Amino acid sequence: MITYILKRLAIAVPTLLLLVIISFLLMHAAPGGPFTQERQLPPAVLANLNAKYGLDEPLWRQLVSYVWGIVAHFDFGPSFIYKDRTVNEIIAQGFPVTLTYGTVSFVVAVVLGVALGVSAAIWHNSWLDYLAVGISIGAQVLPNFVMAPLLLLTFTWWLGWLPGGGWEGGDWRYMVMPVIALSTSFMASIARLTRASMLEVLTSNHIRTARAKGLPESQVILKHALKPALLPVLSYLGPTFVLMITGSVVVDFYFSTGGIGKSFVDSALNRDYAVMLGITILVGALTIFFNLVVDILYAWIDPKIRY
Amino acid sequence: MAMLEITDLAVRFATTDGTVSAVNGVSLTLDKGETLGIVGESGSGKSQLAFAIMGLLAKNGTATGSVRFDGQEILNAPRKTINPIRANKIAMVFQDPMTSLNPYMRVSDQMAEVLTLHKGMSKAEAVAESIRMLDAVKIPDAKGRARLYPHEFSGGMRQRVMIAMSLLCRPELLIADEPTTALDVTVQAQIMNLLAELQHDFGMATILITHDLGVVAGFCKEVLVLYGGTVMEKGPTDPLFATPSHPYTRGLLAAIPRVDQEEEALHSIPGSPPNMTAAPKGCPFAPRCGHAGEDCLDHLHPLSEFAPGRWRACNRSVEDLA
Amino acid sequence: MTDDMTMREVKGRSPWVDARRRFVRNKASLGGLVALILIAIIALFGDSIAVWSNEEIDFNVMGQAYELGGPSIENGHYFGTDDLGRDLYSRTLQGTRISLMVGIVGSFIAVVVGTLYGATSGYVGGRTDQAMMRLVDILLSVPFMFVVILLLVMFGRSLVMLFLGIGLISWLNMARIVRGQTLSLKHKEFVEAARATGVAPFTIILRHIVPNLLGIVAVYATLLVPEMILIESFISFLGLGVQEPLTSLGALISEGAKTIYYGTIWQLGFPLLFFVVTLFAFFFVGDGLRDAFDPKDR
Repeated sequence: MITYILKRLAIAVPTLLLLVIISFLLMHAAPGGPFTQERQLPPAVLANLNAKYGLDEPLWRQLVSYVWGIVAHFDFGPSFIYKDRTVNEIIAQGFPVTLTYGTVSFVVAVVLGVALGVSAAIWHNSWLDYLAVGISIGAQVLPNFVMAPLLLLTFTWWLGWLPGGGWEGGDWRYMVMPVIALSTSFMASIARLTRASMLEVLTSNHIRTARAKGLPESQVILKHALKPALLPVLSYLGPTFVLMITGSVVVDFYFSTGGIGKSFVDSALNRDYAVMLGITILVGALTIFFNLVVDILYAWIDPKIRY
Repeated sequence: MAMLEITDLAVRFATTDGTVSAVNGVSLTLDKGETLGIVGESGSGKSQLAFAIMGLLAKNGTATGSVRFDGQEILNAPRKTINPIRANKIAMVFQDPMTSLNPYMRVSDQMAEVLTLHKGMSKAEAVAESIRMLDAVKIPDAKGRARLYPHEFSGGMRQRVMIAMSLLCRPELLIADEPTTALDVTVQAQIMNLLAELQHDFGMATILITHDLGVVAGFCKEVLVLYGGTVMEKGPTDPLFATPSHPYTRGLLAAIPRVDQEEEALHSIPGSPPNMTAAPKGCPFAPRCGHAGEDCLDHLHPLSEFAPGRWRACNRSVEDLA
Repeated sequence: MTDDMTMREVKGRSPWVDARRRFVRNKASLGGLVALILIAIIALFGDSIAVWSNEEIDFNVMGQAYELGGPSIENGHYFGTDDLGRDLYSRTLQGTRISLMVGIVGSFIAVVVGTLYGATSGYVGGRTDQAMMRLVDILLSVPFMFVVILLLVMFGRSLVMLFLGIGLISWLNMARIVRGQTLSLKHKEFVEAARATGVAPFTIILRHIVPNLLGIVAVYATLLVPEMILIESFISFLGLGVQEPLTSLGALISEGAKTIYYGTIWQLGFPLLFFVVTLFAFFFVGDGLRDAFDPKDR
């Protein structure tokens, strides 16, 4: 098991490094520097700025010092726009917020999605099944940027039950709508996936064996069907978590939660490459880490995977 | 009263291509300790017959008729009735040992759960008993192997595990559904020998479902020949093989390649198994039968006893076929 | 299991005919197909009954969208107008065209690149296969939405950039699926036969492997279209998608969502209706195709 984890890590580290390098080069391949604005800066000022941020050095040296900064000090450098703030400070402000509502949404989506999918498969072709399929198809075509305004309209404008925005340190009333907006479509996808995989497992031979043992149906499902049915769902969870972080862009926009999505959009609109790069790398690192966790969980659950 | 009494059992499946009749009006009885072989080509409905007895039909399948076990009706019985019988009184060995064991559970756990369920044993007792049973089916180092997962066993070993699992509760009836089909020829013989030995030792009644006539000859006292879900011929093994009374049985026997006779070509029955979506009318074998006439497409003479213990369903008399 | 097999009709029937029969029998997917054709007809020919073009500004309703801009047959704004007085009917049709185009082009890129990449990787096998698939894994762990946004910000917003960004990521899963299928096709007799007679590997891939993958590729391509439309609308929502006066359903929806508090509900309603119907239709058709080609997966 430990060798397997080490082996996966040995793949994850170069992947991350490659991600950093690609993103960095991409940023530098952009036409114009970060200080290209509508109004041309005087050449002397531009040269000064470039020198201050090390942009006058050769590309490879910039790359090396950038990577070294991240690896050695977890330092993403200064922001190009906010003169007195570093990328680290900007990330540290928004990231905990995003991580909080992202994790809550993730848990909600997984728990509800699996429960819905499993029940739909068990009571195949019942009203519950049709409801589950209906919800999951409906939620698939209502992405979070449509859900969010509809929620606001309903709960804040019409019913007046929930505050329209803000974060207030994660008070639950400020969390409800972001979590619903973020989790609904993933809940639906997970339910769909679970249902399909459970239906397939329930017709498999080893389930027939379990039934032939005279086990009550509840035990057939809990002891024999659940594990294999959830394996395909597990491999879907890595990408889901990342998409939730991406959805932060929408949530921050509508609910003014001030997460990392807002920082990313702001930096995109301001052409603050340093912040964009920092966030991209951070989210990429999270993705790689999450896929690693999923791989390890997979190997732990499925005895057929050799490590 | 016989231990197992099946009367007029029919199995139908609702599919997108229409209703499929897998089994049509099969009746049979079996007493304690008896061995019965059910023979037929693939598609003859023999596996579905077994699943119907156990209440394991797929969701789109329905069974009608009656299956009585020790006098109790078990066909379409509620789970409450059938679950205490499954594995405990009637156990089943499935065709494909590769997929019929749970790949995510240790062999000892899969086996022990049968005993904790039906015999109320503690986990430790159940595991110990499982290991004894693995020993009985001649798995070397049973104690060590019990902790392994199914994929760590070879095909033949897995089928031994399956058999051991089915015998845990000392069932009165064992249904073995093509237990050797998925295995290598050399392993097939080992498994059949093992089954014969265990049948002798445990004294349980056994239904052996197979397409392999050689296997039946060595194992079963009685044989039932199934074609298109309908019983063609039934009777004691030796006379049935010596003087088959039905064109289909004859065809089956002629199709066995024999080493002791020089022949130019292998025999086969012309045509292919019937399309079961058509309504069962007449004799299912008629389109492939050398003796069939117009009447065979219209109706089939019901199964009747033509010699002591021997039954056949054919419009032609035995003399006609000679 | 073997028992079930032979119960089907034994008569020879091509898998394509079989698949078509199953597809036509599936009411939801047939309905999806009809809806899709209707949407395409409206999107392509609906302009002929439009009174206003998508760029024209109706100064009568400008700035008074809530009071005067509602849907009406009389002034020719069938779907109403936005706050600038632009006709929502024309804009919705034009947005539908762009969204469909993005979806279809995106999934076309995925089909071409993904199929060739996957088939090559699977057919060649060995270390090449491992390296090629490792690359796919790496690219899949890049947070693509961020990269697309990065691309659009740095290289300017244009349709070409949008297609490039979307195309860059869309082929990855397709490549994986195709590779898996190729691995199982590789040892089929007809491929062995071709190899034995000395056909060049690339010709084998194109002439023998790819045609046999078309079924599954068609299914996933259909399911990719709505995903591409969703990605595009997300990007448009950020204001990084197509640029005015052109628009897309995603851009219209985000505009409608932002102005919904003024009560101009039609600004959200009509684009959302087209969006939802289009996506539904594609999902249903894709699901129907999948069931038709792979009947066990139900």
